[in-house]
Amino acid sequence: MLELQNISYVTEDGKTILKDINAKIDDHFVVITGPNGSGKSTLAKVIAGINKPSSGRILLNGEDITDLSITERANKGISYAFQQPVRFKGLTVKDLMSLAAGKEASLNELCNLLSEVGLCAKDYINRDLDGSLSGGELKRIEIAMAFARNSALTLFDEPEAGIDLWSFQKLIRVFEKMVAGNDGNILIISHQERIIDIADKVLYLKDGQVAKYDTKENVLPEIMGGAASACSVLTDKMKED
Amino acid sequence: MKTIEQNILKEVAGLDALPVGAYNIRTNGKSAARNTTANIDIVTKEDKPGIDIIIKPGTINESVHIPVVVSQAGLKDMVYNDFFIGEGSDVTIVAGCGIHSCGDADSAHDGIHTFYVGKNAKIRYVEKHYGEGDADATGKRLMNPTTVVHLDEGAQMMMETSQIAGIDDTNRVTEADLAAGAKLEIRDSIMTTGDQTADAYFTADLNGEDCSCNIISRTVAKGNSKQHYTSTLNGNARCAGHTECDSIIMDNAYVHAAPQLSAATTEASLIHEAAIGKIAGEQLIKLMTLGLTEEEAEEQIISGFLK
Repeated sequence: MLELQNISYVTEDGKTILKDINAKIDDHFVVITGPNGSGKSTLAKVIAGINKPSSGRILLNGEDITDLSITERANKGISYAFQQPVRFKGLTVKDLMSLAAGKEASLNELCNLLSEVGLCAKDYINRDLDGSLSGGELKRIEIAMAFARNSALTLFDEPEAGIDLWSFQKLIRVFEKMVAGNDGNILIISHQERIIDIADKVLYLKDGQVAKYDTKENVLPEIMGGAASACSVLTDKMKED
Repeated sequence: MKTIEQNILKEVAGLDALPVGAYNIRTNGKSAARNTTANIDIVTKEDKPGIDIIIKPGTINESVHIPVVVSQAGLKDMVYNDFFIGEGSDVTIVAGCGIHSCGDADSAHDGIHTFYVGKNAKIRYVEKHYGEGDADATGKRLMNPTTVVHLDEGAQMMMETSQIAGIDDTNRVTEADLAAGAKLEIRDSIMTTGDQTADAYFTADLNGEDCSCNIISRTVAKGNSKQHYTSTLNGNARCAGHTECDSIIMDNAYVHAAPQLSAATTEASLIHEAAIGKIAGEQLIKLMTLGLTEEEAEEQIISGFLK
């Protein structure tokens, strides 16, 4: 279980990105959603230890991990699939998958993991994780790496971004499978209704604050109603659509 | 053979025991072991130190190992090795030199390797340079290899050269000329640390119609080390050439990369690329989220980059 206590994050130039976030992530499958710029990715980075919160505490299964490094948190069971996958010259898909799994991954294991994201292991394992792969391929490998870690808490930052529609359908099934299994807590940043549909709970983030954290039935009306507070030009335009 | 020499042979040529096929092992300026085969002859030069390696036309799937070990402080070893690769053959040549320094005098190995690759012959050439020393040894380990390659019509050469550790000062020169349809591919890796310096100069003259050359260099410069890299492709006919130098710079190191092109005809198609930069922070962070420490992440990134 992950607990966020009064988490705030202010950038070096004084801009407040997260304001007093309080949430207990104890459900199996939680989706963080909210408008662009609401602080979702920053919150994921704060949880993974990439960004240090300006104030507040983070507890993982009751243990205060606020001052732990990225590596220490990873070893405590936090995984993080980036929104923008990182490229490596000279490191192969197999190298990265093995590092993620914490052991030399066999062809069979790689085949199981990569086929979940629609890739054939034989075509990919010896390829460098660099510019020779498309954005969609890199993204699928990024997601497979998170699966390979099989952690207590897995964070996915917009797994749907950059993935074609066909793969997205398959990806939804993968997440559905994860929900059906007992593979720890999954925290997904997403705008996709189909992902929100399978969530146990939805955390709706707006202007760096928790606007609502509840079941999807209770949160969705809030999200839909949220547009009403936007400027009149935007709301008129949305009505036309 | 002493343990030190066995270790070095393992480092430079991957040898735990005497290799299969033809070989010539040179230790401290003398030939220590040699084997020839029906198709591959090794002959000691009479006018200067070194050997001629003569491979009969049509020799397929054979290999030659010619490692050099220098474990005597103060030894300045200089060799001239000539390789005559017969037409239509397909062979692997594993060279390499290791220096183990144990005193305060500099140890050096300078070699000039000249390849005459016959028509339609195919050769893979692997060369690894390595240095190590006793903790109290102050003598420098120096290596200045020169490689000259003449590729006849349709000949192909794949060179894999590396110098990953322990050489204090190196000046590596590689020169090639390519006839029609010849193909040269060079993959070079260098890592320098401490106060080491490494200079590398590549020149390829693309003289024959439809010949091609691809030089890919990856380097890592750490500590106060200095690297100079120059690679020049001269397109003198309808040809394709590409040269790329990619460097990771760390600490207080210095890297100079200068790829150069010249074309003497409109039919030459030549490209160069060079990049120097530190390890990207996001690469470190990604590997740390997989549970590696920052140092382990750095090590993985460098070893992958130089692979």
